[in-house]
This record gives sequence, structure tokens and C-alpha cells, in this order.
Amino acid sequence: MSEALTAAVEMLVRLDPKLVEIVLLSLRVSLSAVAISALLGLPVGAAIAVGRFPGRQTVIVLLNALMGLPPVVVGLLVYLLLSRAGPLGALGILFTPLAMVVAQSILILPIIAALSRQAIDDAWREYEEQLRSLGARRMNAALTLLWDTRFSLLTTILAGFGRAAAEVGAVMIVGGNIDGVTRVMTTAIALETSKGDLPLALGLGMILIAIVIAVNAAAYLTKELAQRRYG
Amino acid sequence: MNQGSILPLRLAEVSFTVGGPAIIDRVSLEIDAGPSTIILGANGAGKSVLMRLMHGLLAPSSGRIEWSSPERPGAPRKQAMVFQRPVMLRRSAYANVAYALKIAGILEPRRGALVREALDSVGLSHLARRPARVLSGGEQQRLALARAWALHPEVLFLDEPTASLDPSATREIESVIKAFDAAGTKVVMATHNLGQARRLGDEILFLDQGRLVERAPVVEFFARPKSEQAAAFIKGELPWT
Repeated sequence: MSEALTAAVEMLVRLDPKLVEIVLLSLRVSLSAVAISALLGLPVGAAIAVGRFPGRQTVIVLLNALMGLPPVVVGLLVYLLLSRAGPLGALGILFTPLAMVVAQSILILPIIAALSRQAIDDAWREYEEQLRSLGARRMNAALTLLWDTRFSLLTTILAGFGRAAAEVGAVMIVGGNIDGVTRVMTTAIALETSKGDLPLALGLGMILIAIVIAVNAAAYLTKELAQRRYG
Repeated sequence: MNQGSILPLRLAEVSFTVGGPAIIDRVSLEIDAGPSTIILGANGAGKSVLMRLMHGLLAPSSGRIEWSSPERPGAPRKQAMVFQRPVMLRRSAYANVAYALKIAGILEPRRGALVREALDSVGLSHLARRPARVLSGGEQQRLALARAWALHPEVLFLDEPTASLDPSATREIESVIKAFDAAGTKVVMATHNLGQARRLGDEILFLDQGRLVERAPVVEFFARPKSEQAAAFIKGELPWT
């Protein structure tokens, strides 16, 4: 055990190329997924928060429920879509990083949409009378609220990133954990542990935990600073 | 009346109900340009709701509310409202005023000039760059007045604008309101503070349990209230003014 730990630290210190490659791919996949989900999820969250339409409450309940989507189920659905016989099989992207980005985007889109809906809804309650008094239309109000809740939304996006970086089920199924192509931190840890190669698994585990802690610290500090600066 | 004026405002048999008893009960009145109007009444008399109905933030359950020239949706508003607790956006004091003008469709460079003039008129020019939400309560309320003032509204509604402020902040707000009144803006203000009603008002609309009980010039209202409710209210409130 302590031997494995020493080996892991040693790998980290000399920036083992294999380890670095896996970490970089993980970041590339999860950051792409977060960017896509934020681009889609924030406007959706704002629209649901400010909009009044039939079935709004049902949509909110569903969106909140989808936050708990099991990654393996998302992986399975995307697999079925992208497999050779599936409706999007012709794209030929199964077992590529792109497929992993698609799966993670689907996984965290509800998280970003639901959490941003909540933050914007709260702000809308506070601002509604004032904005309507000024003559702002709903579209305008939605944009104003997106900007005014920007620090809460940043936390939301980071929560999405944390979820994406730490999940294993979806990327395992649609990526296939192919060495040098689709192997990311979580799938590598799963594999190396079962193979008994503990140093690599531990090293990656430490990096993953460090990333999650750093992301949370960044989220916390941003909110704190913003609170102090902008009230 | 000057052309295109939105006044007078007419309310005909306006009621507002949300389950239970009416919050506003068959109120009919006309509000014209000129003297400042104070809506007076105890907490829960319906002052805030009546102003929100007039300002268009609430729709009446029955009855009609008509401005002499109706507002087109999306067109710049000729009326503004200052709330009891000011709602400031997370940006600078300057940007908060500019925001209101932007929504009203006023472009640069005129926008900047109007913002500076408005901040100056409430004595906040030196805090223009400060984030609005870290200003004190009194400063935020002055900023809310500047934001309303920048739009040069024909009618300015004020809903207990000093209710959560200390006496010195209250004095500052009152002097700004007086200046707006003097500049020709029609002031319609809700308050339960008799001293304030006397200092700022020309006429009183007295509400009791959602009904318009009495309307009279300020001096007359305090000297010789016609209704029992108004007499009781004046007597009851006096010790605290």
C-alpha cells in the first residue's frame, strides 16, 4: 500500500506522460461538455424562471428530477443512439472523445438548467416589480437576471463540471476506455484498480480529488468576493 | 393639459380581491396633474395595492383604470415608481440609472448626460462608480429616486419610500421628493406617517379597509376630518409623529 502511494507520488512529480495524457483528455472532454451544457442550460433556466406557460411546474419538477440521472443510463441511451444500428450510427462517433462529450453534456445539462432556474427564479422574485415598473419586457428581464446572478451561475457551472469530471458510467460505455484514445481519469482508475496497477490509479485519484477541491474552492471564493464587492 | 399627457388617471369602481375580503373595494377617483397626492391609511388599508393597480403592476379584479392616453406595451413609460425597499441591480450606481434609460430606449450620448444630471439631483455623483447594493439604505433610496427621475416621468408613485430609513435619511429623501414636485412631476405617495403627509402633501386620499373614505386638501383633512375612521386614525397616530 505505502509502496503504491510512493510510486503514485513519484509519477505525479515526474509528470508521467501516460498520466498527463489521461488527465488532459479528461479535462478536454469535461470542459467541452460543460461549455455546451452552459450554452444551452443557462438560457433554458432563465426562460423557465421568467416565463409563464402551461405545464411550467411539471417542467421544473422533471428538470429537478433529471439532475439525478444515473450516468450509466445516460451512457446506455447515448450508446443506443450512436451505435451502428442506432438512429445516429451513421455519424460513426461511438468510442470517440466526441461521444463522451455528448454523453456528459446530456448528463449535466439538467443540472445547469435546474440550478440556474432556481437562482434566476429567486432573483426574479426580488426584481420583478422593479423591472416591470421600468417597462422591461420578459426577454429583457431574462437577460438582466442572467447577468445579475452571474456569480451564482458560475457556481452552477462549476457544479456541472465537478459532476462531469467525476462520473465514470457514461464515458465508460460510450468511450470504451480505449488506451490513448478515450481513456480518462475515472475509467483509468476503474481499470487499473481491477488490474492491480495501484500507483497509476492512486495518482489519478489524487489529481481528481485535487481538481474537485480546487473547483469548489474557486466557486466559494468567487461568491464570497462577489458578495463583498457587489452586495 | 399639455398634449400627450397621460393624466388625468381615472379609476371606476376598482376592486382587487385574492380570495377572502376585497383588498381594494370599489374605489372610484380621478387623479390630475398638479398638487401632490398622499394616500394615507393604516397598515393593511390597501395603500400599496392601490398604487400597484394604478401603476399597472396588478390588474384589477373588477372595475376600470384608465389613463388619458393609454400606454402602448413596450413603449417608454411616462410613470415611475419608487418602492419601500429599493431593488438595485448588481452593478454600479451609475449603471443602475443608465439601465432604466436604456430600457426606455434613450441612446448615448443623451443617456450619460441624463444619468449624471439625475445622480447630481440626489447628491450621489460622488458615489457613481460604487456598486449600488453596497450603498446604505438611504443612499439606495436616493439612487432609486434618481433612477425614477432620470426618466422624467409625468407621474411618480412612491410607496412608503422612507418607512425603513432613519430620520436624517428620511429628511434627505423628503427634500428630493419636494424638488421633484416643484419641477412639475405629479407625486402620488403612500404613507402612514402623518408628519410626512403634512410636509409633502397637497391633498389626502384616506383609505380604510380597502375603501376610499375621504379625499380632502391636507389642511382641511387634519383640521376637520369628515369621517370617523380618519378622525380616529389622526388621533391614534399623532403621538408617534
